[in-house]
Amino acid sequence: MSRSSRRLVSFVAAAAVVSTVAACGGGSDDDGGGGGGGGENEASDIGITEDSIKLGAHYPLTGVAAPGYSEIPTGVDAYFDYVNENGGVNGRQIDYIYRDDAYNPTNTSQVVNQLVLEDEVFAIVGGLGTPTHSAVLDFLNSEGVPDLFVSSGSLLWGEDPEANPYTFGWQTDYESEGKIIGQYIAEEFPDAKVGLFLQDDDFGEDGEKGINQFIEDQVVATVRYTPGNTNVAPQISELQAAGADFVVGFNVPSYTALSQLTALQLGYTPEQWFYSNVGSDPTLVGSLLARFSQGAVSDASLLDGALTTDYLPTVDEPDNPWVQKFQEIWDASGQEGELTNYRIYGMSMAYTTVQALQAAGQNPTRDGIVEAIETAGADWEGPVLAPFRYSEDSHMGTSGMSISRLVGTSSEEVQPIRVTDIGDADIEEFDGEPASPPDSGIPDEDSAVD
Amino acid sequence: MTDPQTPVGAAGAATDEAPVTATAAANAPSAQAAGGGRSFLPKSTLLRHLVILLLCAVGAVILLEITSPFQNSQLATLSYYAIAAGGLTVLTGLNGQISLGHGALMAVGAYTTALFLQDREASLPLPLILLVSIVVATAVGALVGVAAARLHGPYLAGATLALAVGLPGLALYFDSVLGGEQGLRVRAPQAPEAFDDFIGLVSGNSPTNTKWLAYVGTICLLITYFLLANLVRSRIGRTWRAVRDQDVAAELAGINLGAWRVLAFTVSAAAAGLAGGVLALVVRLAAPSGFTLVLSLSLLTAIVLGGLGSLLGALLGSALLVFLPPFVTDLGADWGLDNTEAAQLAPLVYGVVLIVAMIFAPAGFVGTVRLRWLTYRAKQRMAAARASSGG
Repeated sequence: MSRSSRRLVSFVAAAAVVSTVAACGGGSDDDGGGGGGGGENEASDIGITEDSIKLGAHYPLTGVAAPGYSEIPTGVDAYFDYVNENGGVNGRQIDYIYRDDAYNPTNTSQVVNQLVLEDEVFAIVGGLGTPTHSAVLDFLNSEGVPDLFVSSGSLLWGEDPEANPYTFGWQTDYESEGKIIGQYIAEEFPDAKVGLFLQDDDFGEDGEKGINQFIEDQVVATVRYTPGNTNVAPQISELQAAGADFVVGFNVPSYTALSQLTALQLGYTPEQWFYSNVGSDPTLVGSLLARFSQGAVSDASLLDGALTTDYLPTVDEPDNPWVQKFQEIWDASGQEGELTNYRIYGMSMAYTTVQALQAAGQNPTRDGIVEAIETAGADWEGPVLAPFRYSEDSHMGTSGMSISRLVGTSSEEVQPIRVTDIGDADIEEFDGEPASPPDSGIPDEDSAVD
Repeated sequence: MTDPQTPVGAAGAATDEAPVTATAAANAPSAQAAGGGRSFLPKSTLLRHLVILLLCAVGAVILLEITSPFQNSQLATLSYYAIAAGGLTVLTGLNGQISLGHGALMAVGAYTTALFLQDREASLPLPLILLVSIVVATAVGALVGVAAARLHGPYLAGATLALAVGLPGLALYFDSVLGGEQGLRVRAPQAPEAFDDFIGLVSGNSPTNTKWLAYVGTICLLITYFLLANLVRSRIGRTWRAVRDQDVAAELAGINLGAWRVLAFTVSAAAAGLAGGVLALVVRLAAPSGFTLVLSLSLLTAIVLGGLGSLLGALLGSALLVFLPPFVTDLGADWGLDNTEAAQLAPLVYGVVLIVAMIFAPAGFVGTVRLRWLTYRAKQRMAAARASSGG
């Protein structure tokens, strides 16, 4: 996307906020013929009846990947319940089914078969994981099932809409994240000797590709760990030996904890740690630290001062209007547990889903919702900090991230949102206004299809 | 090749006892009534198995055509579990070797199939690809078999455990070829036109890709079980049983224990290779996270639940593996549990079923039924004999 068209998008996005806010007063409680404007509700496609929409998802609810990730669907569920209580989408109640794949692609293929062929869902929303979701990518696209807002930052979901026309990414991809981190280091820490601590798969590779666009000459060591192998002492001591004083980690939360504990054992104290968004949830890392160290380290205090990236508001910003709204919705849902960052993630994704369903018109079809996201998705405002990149040529999710420093259990922003894209697209400061939630907590998008 | 540990001591005594009940299912003569005479099936083993194969094929087509698309996909899943379990039950039930590494052998087959299907245009015909998968897995199996032939019981389990843990790691190490953690995505070849015509002729259902894969799996399953059943009934099968039950006696009778054990492992590996190939087609992916230790263990539990050494048992055990978790999850959801709790119920129920089976039916389903039947027959004969001598 060119620079000028990006400006245009920002302008349109800003204009959309104004109109959304203006529309909120009267637009929230018309549950009959909402966005479509007149006409009757029809059973317009598989999974859609006059008064319901069926959506499905796969998440690890059991097994090693369950801590943290299994909270996401509870957030989604709480938000959909809230929407249903307030009249649903165009008078239709959302029926949300999520099934366990234990983060095993063999299971994913089975449960998605069940969701599509037996439960007959309208769309899959927020299926989690790169290896797991890869297993069903071709199936969903060959069956023509909308595969919305995959919970993974792989480029696979949005890079090539021609090959996978029904699949859409949602969160910032790892390459764009790497680019924003790389530029930040080049500008703020030009003398730092950077060590990269990477997961040995596309996650680490995409991040590395982005970072190296800016600071290839600053990187003194690049080490990779294999998920499952819990001994990272060789990698950490290699960073130490190379004299790296600024460590960037593209790793999952358990390896944030392991890298911290290993560095502590080796007496390695780089001046700055930087963990990518995936690996930096302080609550989860804190509990993992306590578990791995058998109580010797009791909380995330080791992470104090570390840098990380954000594309969503987090629970440590209680003043953020989105967090307040989600807290309200979560408390009202009556489910067990606290509002966590994973639940905010789920609710935010559910918010985007409702926007997509509204934009698909009064009687959504599977092809219609794809068209709606392509035409209108780039203008949607929501909890996600930067706009989405949805168009006919790209199904990539949100384009930008801010950088913040963890202080205790809270965080402070050190660089406001910057937006970019994959490849050699420029990085720009995001000049849009931060969106605030509608009073009702429910979006009100116009139909984007005829 | 001799094994100095087995002839003496408590370990030997324990293995003498164990096969009697645990592998009761293995000793069943295939399908025909043991007494002979009353069976309508031919006497020749090969002919009899051919007739059964034909009946099963017809039954399979009927089953696949009356079930829903989702059940079709479940049957496809069942087929690869059952193929691997069939191979494992021959190894464990008939030859008395335990393998915890069959998941890894399936990975070999799956990755081979995936590699050959990467270039969809220039790919070989599907049967040839599956054949190559079998050959590669057989080669790996033979290698492991040679190494494992000297090992017994827990030692063999340990060695194959290393295989299960280690082999998927290769995919991460050679990630440029094998796709690393993400794995290799598999685009299953389209169904040939003859298949569309066949489905149109038989039922008029729509010939979807899911259905095609279910048929591929079922055909592979039937062929595998046909070949294994013949093997089990042959001199080879008898020799394996001899090695399992009394290795000292077998060796004295001139049987080379090591060679026969390697053969059993190799045959079993071939089945696992085919199962892996079918898995890659059905799952559309070959990734290390699909071949964890859990897969090897669930195959083992499947054959134990079904009845060690019985192909029918392997099939039933696999069916439990495929159909029980979604059934329990749906049941849990109906009882008002939320989706997370319902999902956690499935492993719990499976564990309970396993424990209950071990306590009340240690010979597995097929073995228990067979033991009951034998007891009943023996009692009848005794009663008949008493009646005739008394009168």
